Amino acid sequence: MLSRVAQTIYWLGRYIERAENYARFMDVNLSLIMDLPKTMSEQWQPLVGITGDDALFRSKYDEEYTRDNVVQFMTFDKDNSNSILSCLIQARENARTIREIISSEMWQQLNELYLSVKDANLATNGNLSDFYRHIKTGSHLFNGIMDSTLIHNEAYHFANIGRLSERADKTDRILDMKYFYLLPRVEDVGTTLDYMQWSALLKSASAYEVYRKKYGRMDYRDIIEFLIFDREFPRAIHFCLLEADRSLHTIGNTQLGTFNNPAEKEMGKIISQLNFNDVNDIIQYGLHEYLDDLQVKLNHLGDEIFNTFFSLAH
Amino acid sequence: MSHNIKFLANYKTESFFDEMFTSEGDVRPAYKLFFENLERLNLDDLKAKQYTADKAYVSMGITFNVYHEGEGVERTLPFDLVPRIIPFEEWDVINRGLTQRVIALNTFLDDIYNKKLILKDNIIPEEIIRSSPGYLPACEGIQPPKGRWTHISGIDLIKHSDGDYYVLEDNCRVPSGVSYVLENREIMKRAFPNIFERAHVLPIYDYPLQLLEMLESLTTMQEPNVVVLTPGIYNSAYFEHSFLAQQMGAELVEGRDLVVEDGFCFMRTTKGLQRVDVIYRRVDDLFIDPLVFRPDSVLGVPGLFDAYRRGNVAIANAPGTGVADDKVVYAYVPDMIKYYLEEDPILPNVPTYLCWRDNDRDYVLENIHKMVVKTDNQSGGYGMLMGPSSTTEERRVFIDKIKSSPRNYIAQPMMSLSRVPTLIQDDLEGRHVDLRPFVLFGNGVSVIPGGLSRVALKKGSMVVNSSQGGGSKDTWVLGVPEEDLLNA
Repeated sequence: MLSRVAQTIYWLGRYIERAENYARFMDVNLSLIMDLPKTMSEQWQPLVGITGDDALFRSKYDEEYTRDNVVQFMTFDKDNSNSILSCLIQARENARTIREIISSEMWQQLNELYLSVKDANLATNGNLSDFYRHIKTGSHLFNGIMDSTLIHNEAYHFANIGRLSERADKTDRILDMKYFYLLPRVEDVGTTLDYMQWSALLKSASAYEVYRKKYGRMDYRDIIEFLIFDREFPRAIHFCLLEADRSLHTIGNTQLGTFNNPAEKEMGKIISQLNFNDVNDIIQYGLHEYLDDLQVKLNHLGDEIFNTFFSLAH
Repeated sequence: MSHNIKFLANYKTESFFDEMFTSEGDVRPAYKLFFENLERLNLDDLKAKQYTADKAYVSMGITFNVYHEGEGVERTLPFDLVPRIIPFEEWDVINRGLTQRVIALNTFLDDIYNKKLILKDNIIPEEIIRSSPGYLPACEGIQPPKGRWTHISGIDLIKHSDGDYYVLEDNCRVPSGVSYVLENREIMKRAFPNIFERAHVLPIYDYPLQLLEMLESLTTMQEPNVVVLTPGIYNSAYFEHSFLAQQMGAELVEGRDLVVEDGFCFMRTTKGLQRVDVIYRRVDDLFIDPLVFRPDSVLGVPGLFDAYRRGNVAIANAPGTGVADDKVVYAYVPDMIKYYLEEDPILPNVPTYLCWRDNDRDYVLENIHKMVVKTDNQSGGYGMLMGPSSTTEERRVFIDKIKSSPRNYIAQPMMSLSRVPTLIQDDLEGRHVDLRPFVLFGNGVSVIPGGLSRVALKKGSMVVNSSQGGGSKDTWVLGVPEEDLLNA
């Protein structure tokens, strides 16, 4: 397929996944706030912190991390190229460019989701939580429609790599959120408040129920293990990369576990790290540092995918 | 009028040709079935259908764009539910007339870039051709596959108050609008399924297939690689480019996706370069190759023209066809038909005055308040003066322009376009329409039954262009003669 088209559909997958994850970030914080002891003030800064767009926020909103400002910044702000609306605008532009490649059902779902967010500005202020859930569902619907109406050929696999590598990155950041959340005192580690934050993180990755089924009690080591290393949970980093790797090898028509181009090589390196690390390695290294390092590697993977398939220079 | 339809109670045909009603107010046979259906609807039903259709357009994203910053303003072409219905007998004339005209135009294009017989025989002054911006000297001596130049033509027709069709202009370069024809039909089938079951409307769904077969006929390659070349997402007709590529199963490419190496054209894919055999280009002539035409073009492909000249890639429509869109050249089409085919034109031109002729110019300048003045190479309803509704100042501007560059202006008497009832708020009112049928010319000529009916939504307006407040209607060509309709 055309390199440009491959790149466009890869980013289409990424943008929609990004919009969904931003909705997850917001939703989790909103629910967390509802459970907080009234003595604690709302924490909105961690949310902005994990997106990596803190500098932009500070310059635009004078470091005022209020609910309204963060909602605006993360959801509707067109100056923030990663806001939900920006992502949907870009996803839609991409979809428009390759409308003849994707199914018309995919286009229609994306178009309707975009219109509902674009026109939502004031009307939904009353129930933000519903609004973010609507975006999540809209993204799920898009993914479901893609899985069941798009032919599973090269285009599908590029979209799949896009959404899964984006999801891996965002699950990484969701976990990292804990690093930014403040606990009032050091002694609060291991208390109800601490675990409330961990549960919120699990919920934002739709992982709470599955986690409880699998591990029962709340233990941050298990939570870390689950969200990073689980091979069966669709939002766990390891799962995402294994699936993306499958698509990558389908495109290249190469055997899993081998590599024939820089993208396959980079992917293989990250996966083998996850294959042979466990939660002890992470604790030893430092959770935040480990997650940070993983993000850098995922970015590098994105670069290699670009160089291998999309770069127009020959 | 003997009916009880409230939303038609005040309907007047006035002095115009109305496609649904005779001047006595009787329903014409072609509209009989549709009218009977209308009688069963109340205004709310009709508006509900209109609402559903409008919503379908927005949600399917059938839009054209006016871009500002990033997000852009997308507009849908307003669509009206009352179809323009063409009787079998009228279509027969149109079909034969268009076939004749397109063959003549194609012969003309082949002639002026090669033997130039029509110029040597002084049927058309050579300076008219030479001075036309659509004439590309680089195309001289080129013999495109099968001798075809204008593979896809959009010929604009109007029906005058005398009930006859006239050709208003020819579009041989990159005619657009066919996606609306196809989508309008899909939406109408949903709105009036019970009529379609009985109305004998000629189907048009196979246009993309016919288009693909025509394009494939331009190469001898087995399993040729046909692509649609678009200027990109910011082009106002982008939806159509993408739609046609999808319907044909062809790759939609931009100039940057293509590269020419060793005189052959390739597209850049995730698995390397892949040969391209036929390009359906929706990029203007002057932008297709910066090495030959406009050097500032980023929409084209360096070296493409050379690959084309060598016969290594076919291009539809052929570069150079734009000369036939020149409104001065248009005036000579009846002469072309006589010269090349030794036939009388089946579809007449609108009488046209060429301002470079002294007599014509004098007449135009004296009667400018009664005429429509047009610039030779502008479309979209721009560069036009509608005499009767113009101000003294507007006329003065055009008089100056005509005097300083007479070659670039033509004038025509005001034609009164026929009208079709159109839903305007709570009533059906008569609105003027034109018709752009699409003609394919590969192995043979094929006219898609119907075409794009554009409607001027503003009361009294005769300007149907979408940029000037126009909309569109579905166009039905009936597959059975009138007597059968009356007996039904």
